[in-house]
Amino acid sequence: MSAYRDLGSARQGVRHWWAQRLSGAALVPLSIWFVVSVIGLVRSEYAEVRAWIAHPVDGGLLLLFLPLLFYHAWLGLRVIIEDYADEGFEKVATLAVVQALVLLVGGLAVYAVLRVMFGSYL
Amino acid sequence: MAKFRLPAASRVRPGTRHTEAGGGQRRRVHVYRWNPDQGGNPQLDCYEIDPQRCGPMVLDALFYIKDHLDSTLTFRRSCREGICGSCAMNVNGANTLSCTQALPAKGDIHVYPLPHMPVLKDLVPDMSGFYAQYAAVRPWLRADNQPQGREQLQSSGQRAELDGLYECILCACCSTSCPSYWWNGDRYLGPAVLLQAYRWIVDSRDQDTGGRLDELEDPFKLFRCHTIMNCTQSCPKGLNPARAIAEIKKLLLARTL
Repeated sequence: MSAYRDLGSARQGVRHWWAQRLSGAALVPLSIWFVVSVIGLVRSEYAEVRAWIAHPVDGGLLLLFLPLLFYHAWLGLRVIIEDYADEGFEKVATLAVVQALVLLVGGLAVYAVLRVMFGSYL
Repeated sequence: MAKFRLPAASRVRPGTRHTEAGGGQRRRVHVYRWNPDQGGNPQLDCYEIDPQRCGPMVLDALFYIKDHLDSTLTFRRSCREGICGSCAMNVNGANTLSCTQALPAKGDIHVYPLPHMPVLKDLVPDMSGFYAQYAAVRPWLRADNQPQGREQLQSSGQRAELDGLYECILCACCSTSCPSYWWNGDRYLGPAVLLQAYRWIVDSRDQDTGGRLDELEDPFKLFRCHTIMNCTQSCPKGLNPARAIAEIKKLLLARTL
């Protein structure tokens, strides 16, 4: 019985769950826009893609899409690791490494867009 | 990491074949067998029976085997009419009550104990963890002030809130069909227990709704539910534990917004 009472309730989880739903819903139209745009750019030159990113509307949407995408991945990967990793060091280490990587890659992606958009000021 | 293969000592090996004497039709019933007194790996015994001579349900076939072919076959049963939940097992890949599950019209029949539970013997799983989880949500009326000397009334609407919840017989078909419960059954309460928790949350006579929600708000106890919905699909009583869990999540959200 005491094993199942465990450490009691963490009194959290609902915000994580709601943030995952909200970011997921927001990503539906943004992902469609992103995929359609990328298909349109398949045969474009480097300069054309740069111009697309630098455009205020497309670049602005990218700045909405990328942080949401990596935030959603950050939330979702956490759930997957909690599901499958064993308790203790393995779980904590995996969570730390994977979440740091998501932050790093997401940060770099956003920085890249900002540089293309505002290159002369950065 | 989670283990995706059974441990070496739990892998099921082919077992013995028992054939009923005499003529007539033959149906093969493959049954998971494991005896703690003998140890070793579990095995899948094959019983060839004449379906004309036993009753129409899977439980009838098991009784027939026990009476005529192999008296050592062990399984739980009590009411044989889908109200006690004792004979829950995995029949042809789906958790169900063997007493209300008709023998399939054709093909072999495979009978295993409820998935991912410790096995005590043959088709008998160890339910003590499941019951401890049920006890942990304190599934009884919590009320500081109840009417003295008269019954506590509910409107028909308040009573209707309990429909689809009070019918649960705790057979564990839903919890043991849930992958999240397989991987994290020690911390995730599972659909059956969460449905029971919700049954008390929506009871108009209960006065500890906030306390119950507090106890459930946890990444593991509740939020391991990923809406896989195996629970709803497997429930032999036609209940919807996935909906009950979703309602708990909505109530938790409602009190933060």
